[in-house]
Amino acid sequence: MIYPNAKLVENLFDAKEQAATRDGFGTALLELGETNKDVVVVCADLAESTRVLAFKEKYPERYIEVGVAEQNLAAVASGLANYGKIPFIASYATFSPGRNNEQIRTTISLNQVPVKIAGMHAGVSVGPDGATHQALEDLALMRVQPNMVVISPCDAEEARKATLAAAQSGTPVYLRFGREKTPIMTTAETPFAIGKSSLLWLGEHPQVVIFATGPLVYNALCAAKELENDIAVSVINVHTVKPLDTKAIVAAAEDAGAVVTVEEHQIAGGLGSAIAECLAQECPVPIEFIGVHDQFGQSGTPAELIEHYGMGVSHIALAIKKVCSRKKK
Amino acid sequence: MLSDKEVRDIELKAEEIRETIIEMLVAAGSGHTAGPLGMADIFAALYFHVLKHDPQNPDWAERDRLFLSNGHITPVRYAAMAHAGYFPVEECLTLRKFGSRLQGHPERLRLPGLETTSGPLGSGLSQASGYAYGARMDNKKFRVYCCLSDGEHDAGNTWEGVMFAGNNKLNNLTAIIDRNNIQINGMTEEVMPLENLRAKYEAFNWHVLEVDGHNVREFVDAVGQAKAIFEKPTVIIAHTVPGKGVKEIEFDYRWHGKPPNKEEAKKFLAELRTLRGKITSENE
Repeated sequence: MIYPNAKLVENLFDAKEQAATRDGFGTALLELGETNKDVVVVCADLAESTRVLAFKEKYPERYIEVGVAEQNLAAVASGLANYGKIPFIASYATFSPGRNNEQIRTTISLNQVPVKIAGMHAGVSVGPDGATHQALEDLALMRVQPNMVVISPCDAEEARKATLAAAQSGTPVYLRFGREKTPIMTTAETPFAIGKSSLLWLGEHPQVVIFATGPLVYNALCAAKELENDIAVSVINVHTVKPLDTKAIVAAAEDAGAVVTVEEHQIAGGLGSAIAECLAQECPVPIEFIGVHDQFGQSGTPAELIEHYGMGVSHIALAIKKVCSRKKK
Repeated sequence: MLSDKEVRDIELKAEEIRETIIEMLVAAGSGHTAGPLGMADIFAALYFHVLKHDPQNPDWAERDRLFLSNGHITPVRYAAMAHAGYFPVEECLTLRKFGSRLQGHPERLRLPGLETTSGPLGSGLSQASGYAYGARMDNKKFRVYCCLSDGEHDAGNTWEGVMFAGNNKLNNLTAIIDRNNIQINGMTEEVMPLENLRAKYEAFNWHVLEVDGHNVREFVDAVGQAKAIFEKPTVIIAHTVPGKGVKEIEFDYRWHGKPPNKEEAKKFLAELRTLRGKITSENE
């Protein structure tokens, strides 16, 4: 059943309302423009598709253009943050933190200046643009940098909250956003705090717990519902990949005794890896990993690609059954 | 205009800085020699005349900011800072050692008075530009300086920064290029030619000045002129001799990235001591 304290939308499984997580980012920037004069936006020639255009039009004096130059994007933002501004830098995740990884490492993470890196077009659900523009390794790149906070919101509303929270945090933050419209699950009342995972679906005496991140949280919920008369499953939204909410994750894994991780990312280095690293030390249980298995994406519709790369509802349901069968009797 | 005495005082500081550089490098057992020696006159001029700063209050809000993009020449900065009173000169001997505030490449959070963390080449000018941009938004009066190597102009990121600063007319920013013509693999014009460097900067909307990097008076005059340029950022291309002051090191790219051993250091220090007062502003 839906966990009541999560305050999710009514008629969750009709999924009538959809929006891209990048839209939640754009909405939050407009709010920040109003409430925080230190917030500036730096963009690398992608104002419309990164959803910073409205901020640019409303606050032109706080919008900084660097052109197609992602290394400059990171290093200029480092200087702005070092001076005292709160810069949000917007590009596609394949370029930022892809192309400019060293500049982020040296001038932002090691330098500990509060730049907020917004990486758009994460996952294969970018669709027709193809593999070059589908970021599948950005969580891994950002997760291994000390001082960096990594957040992957599940829907547009959570993306809005995450962006607002990032502006307040005083640390470097990586925010991961998708291009495609995806179901809105959470509401303004749904709790959100950086570093705190949230239980969304509560299985009674759960046999399996799913740790999911990003818009695929919806598929995880659908799989849990599909199996609700068969296998009791809990679903936890791990929007903050770093720092990991280890206490809650270990407790849930101990309780259920089997884990499925779900992310639109390479299974190497992302959420699944983070969970496995944690549980190997604290609570070794069987784990199945839903994600992309050491492949690049390709052109197609988002739905086709999610199915092709094994991240659909049926794949998650299968993983639940499989991990259940691996439990020690 | 500097008085003759002011010039002499800065030149003597430069000689002290050179000796400290040799002492710290031999103690460290690794590090870069040619670049720091070549920039000793400019760092003496910066820390003992140009910069508005307070060694007792390194976070003073109105201070001028000095970014060092080519972080590998940080021994010259550490030596200049120590002689200026930021920390005891003896601490220079901890360079590159475990637990030292004087990291092999500079880290802002470890040593008060550093403006950023640098070493990987090509991103310092962008950082300084972002800083200058933010400061201009708030009408701050301090200036932002950024030292760069010539070799790091091979990096695309450097030119991204050049374009950004030129486009935004960051007149509160002065870049200083150590044009010493060497990099690790050889002479810059053989590894990856940079000339015509002046024309390249001019094409990107910068005001360009060229000086003898060992002529304190010329350098200080150029810094003063940069403050009067309103429509553009200014770059001072400082022509320097790598290893300046030690004949065996001068012009030899093989000294880019290695320290002297104990024997060499003894010889070099003796040579430097005989030089006291010989590297002068010769055009007077």
